[in-house]
Amino acid sequence: MITNELKFVIPSKSSNESFARVAVASFVAQLDPTLEEINDIKTAVSEAVTNCIVHAYKESMGNIYINVQVIDNLTVKIKVRDKGCGIDNIKQAMQPLFTTGGEERAGLGFAVMESFMDKLSVKSKEGKGTVIIMKKKLSIRLS
Amino acid sequence: MPVKIDVNGELVTAYLEGEIDHHSARMMRNEIDAAIERNMPSILMLDFRDISFMDSSGIGLVMGRYKNLKKNNAELHITNTSPQIYKVMKLAGLERLAKIDKVGSK
Repeated sequence: MITNELKFVIPSKSSNESFARVAVASFVAQLDPTLEEINDIKTAVSEAVTNCIVHAYKESMGNIYINVQVIDNLTVKIKVRDKGCGIDNIKQAMQPLFTTGGEERAGLGFAVMESFMDKLSVKSKEGKGTVIIMKKKLSIRLS
Repeated sequence: MPVKIDVNGELVTAYLEGEIDHHSARMMRNEIDAAIERNMPSILMLDFRDISFMDSSGIGLVMGRYKNLKKNNAELHITNTSPQIYKVMKLAGLERLAKIDKVGSK
């Protein structure tokens, strides 16, 4: 059951990277996650939003749609969607160190999302856009 | 300024400040590269004590500087990495390129 939800839309400006990850982190903070969990989520969101800016809307500006759902007060499900250029070869794009972003990009965005979250799914259509869904189950804390 | 440079003979230390993401990495990169070019250090120390967050853009930043230093056979050291930063660096295998000290390890 969805117990809480946050939706927001931001234009693909690189100055919004920081806002997006902090907004998601503050929303998730209500669930009293550990510092490591909140940092993992922040880092994964930063990667997802950066991908939209660097790749999806490479030559243009567009909207990034972010949706965060809390399921049963325990699992965080984050959806990051764009209407950009899409990915023609998802398998290749997800390979660590693969990048089309040039010298200064490490090609580790998906690797970070995959390793810092419990689940990652990527769906994309060329010319239509990309949706990534990430899930993380928070640890139960006995207070 | 997101980067403060300290020169001590052959050792150049760059104290980074703020958050490292795709947005902020570019300016840091330019300032560090300018300091490398000016001082030609044999060791570049990147000090992360005042970095509160880093995503994989920071890996690109570190790897780019590593390649740059290697041209002059100079070494890269990384110090004062918080657990969040260390986790991202470890995922990228950066410890194979540079000596990394965690926060409080000295």
